Amino acid sequence: MSDTTAGQVLTTKDGKPLKAALARALRREKLRSLALIAPLLIFVLLTFVAPIVDMLFRSVENGIVEETLPRTVAALRVWDPESAQVPDEAVFAALYGDLAVAVEEKKHTRLGSRLNYEESGISSLFRKTGRRVNRMDEAGPFKEQFLDADDKWGEVATWQVLRQFSPRYTDGYFLNAFDAQRTADGIQMKPEDERIYMLLFGRTLFLSIVITVSCLLLGYPIAFLLAALPLRSSNLLMILVLLPFWTSLLVRTSAWKVLLQQQGVINDFLVWTGLISDASRLVMINNQTGTIIAMTHILLPFMILPLYSVMKTISPTYVRAAKSLGANDWTAFWRVYFPQSVPGIGAGAVLVFILSIGYYITPELVGGTSGIFISNRIAYHISSSLNWGLAAALGTLLLVAVMVLFVVYDKIVGIDNVKLG
Amino acid sequence: MSALPPYASPLQRTWYYSFRVICGLIFFFLIFPILVILPLSFNAQDFFTFTKEMLALNPAGYSFKHYQDFFTNPDWQQALTNSVMIAPVATLLATSFGTIAAVGLSQSHVPYKPAIMAVLISPMIVPLIISAAGMYFFYSRIGLQGTYWGVVLAHSALGTPFVIITVTATLVGFDRSLVRASASLGANPVTTFFKVQMPLIIPGVVSGALFAFITSFDEVVVVLFLGSAGQKTLPWQMFTGLREQISPTILAVASLMVAISIVLLTVLEMLRRRSERLRGLTPG
Repeated sequence: MSDTTAGQVLTTKDGKPLKAALARALRREKLRSLALIAPLLIFVLLTFVAPIVDMLFRSVENGIVEETLPRTVAALRVWDPESAQVPDEAVFAALYGDLAVAVEEKKHTRLGSRLNYEESGISSLFRKTGRRVNRMDEAGPFKEQFLDADDKWGEVATWQVLRQFSPRYTDGYFLNAFDAQRTADGIQMKPEDERIYMLLFGRTLFLSIVITVSCLLLGYPIAFLLAALPLRSSNLLMILVLLPFWTSLLVRTSAWKVLLQQQGVINDFLVWTGLISDASRLVMINNQTGTIIAMTHILLPFMILPLYSVMKTISPTYVRAAKSLGANDWTAFWRVYFPQSVPGIGAGAVLVFILSIGYYITPELVGGTSGIFISNRIAYHISSSLNWGLAAALGTLLLVAVMVLFVVYDKIVGIDNVKLG
Repeated sequence: MSALPPYASPLQRTWYYSFRVICGLIFFFLIFPILVILPLSFNAQDFFTFTKEMLALNPAGYSFKHYQDFFTNPDWQQALTNSVMIAPVATLLATSFGTIAAVGLSQSHVPYKPAIMAVLISPMIVPLIISAAGMYFFYSRIGLQGTYWGVVLAHSALGTPFVIITVTATLVGFDRSLVRASASLGANPVTTFFKVQMPLIIPGVVSGALFAFITSFDEVVVVLFLGSAGQKTLPWQMFTGLREQISPTILAVASLMVAISIVLLTVLEMLRRRSERLRGLTPG
């Protein structure tokens, strides 16, 4: 490095300004770290983030109506849905043209089942009409022929649904997920007895809160004991926490299935001790009780570990100081120790809550019908009812809830401080 | 809490012992369900509860027949093979990508670090059912749904956050001057990485790999949606077994899996101790 005097620019040995050389080195370092991260980042973006984005997109996507019936959709634009009159001949002619193509490509049944989610009966309408289209007179008039094929074509409601879902994007799935529907008078809640999703979201929240609270009640004493004991014995007891943590989820779920059944170990034991009679065996599985017990057991280590790591840092001198100043055991704990353990409670509780609201396997196996979560409904719509749009909308809502909670978690613990094992 | 002082009042004495009893009960709750399946898996009957012979410790009440079924039944063997085919490949992918990225992330100047971190950790945060749904939709668009590689890619994506977290945690205690020393002695970055950095962070890499392995080996939701019958893994087979035709073979499988987790736990504990010992030697 050359000599410096006041007012002179610092330079490196080869004569470049030092500032520029440093900036260049920094830039190279940044590029190098990015180059190391890039493979994984691209990998995760392609295999994980893209699917999630695709799901978000699918929850509003509705191209199927316009793709299958392009001419009808165009013709329907001029029709006034409030008019209470069935569209005119031009629309029916367009429908004939579209359906003829769709039947050829066997796409009309898919459209039918898509629209059936919005109004039941449309699926059979499309199937029935699809069979008749080939026999229709190409010269028209089409309106009579369609009405002849199925009376539903003469109902304004059918056309309203068709028009309402003709845009490329729809909020229909989200309305459905909120138990709402679009009627002639705007957006309204569905009738009381059809509101299943809000009920399920409510139950998922309620059960997750119950599970979180019971994890806290069971986890706090354990973490307290582990943090207070000398390292040798606490390490030994830690194994009792870590073994369940490392055991397969399905192993633990099957264990609970074995224990909680009516002919299972717990009931047998209670009958043997004479606490209950053989006829009044407890029903503890395939209901909410089963879900709560099994999930509390499964998620308990996730509560104990963060609590323990916080309690480990609380110095015992504070409690001793409080006692020497005249506090009794309870006051010393409640006023001095407990407030210091609150960050651990926050971290553990949010973690358990995040994990539990998205749980699928355990509720599916031990929850019966009253103990299932919103995720079970999502799975049902993916694999059984094939209403993927609704599954995507429900998934999006759940994802938003988890993201909000995660921001809270990040504020409490910090994303960099996540520890394992 | 550690020890009861000699001057403790009767009330304190009572509380001291009742607190221990409460903790004992909670530990019992934690461990009992896992231990109870071990003896039940040797049941000679097809029941899920203890028979009279078992309680009387009569040898006739015990048998290996459920284990025998597991090792001879083609369904279970196929599931085992599939699990063994999928998990190691997913682990390898997750560990190699994850370790390199963790080395990059632990450099002192990483632009957009919080955003990158959020993306890389996201597979661990997003509920499995949502990941499964998204992957199912997306992978069926690109023709990966129902294929071996689809499941492997999905499982490695799910495993990477664990590798990132464990490896960055070990790198926190890594002395950077060692890299500079190695460079000044003429080693290129690749040699430095394998000869200097890798031996020191290997405990973190191995425990990350174990996490990634168990994530894939234990995963059922994603494979349930993404896989076809040809990718039926052990957890999947257990899941269908528990849901439909409940057979005690599941308990034999479960006991074997408990044995595997005990092995994993021991290995991890040994690694942790080694890492702590090593870190005690290096300054900072």
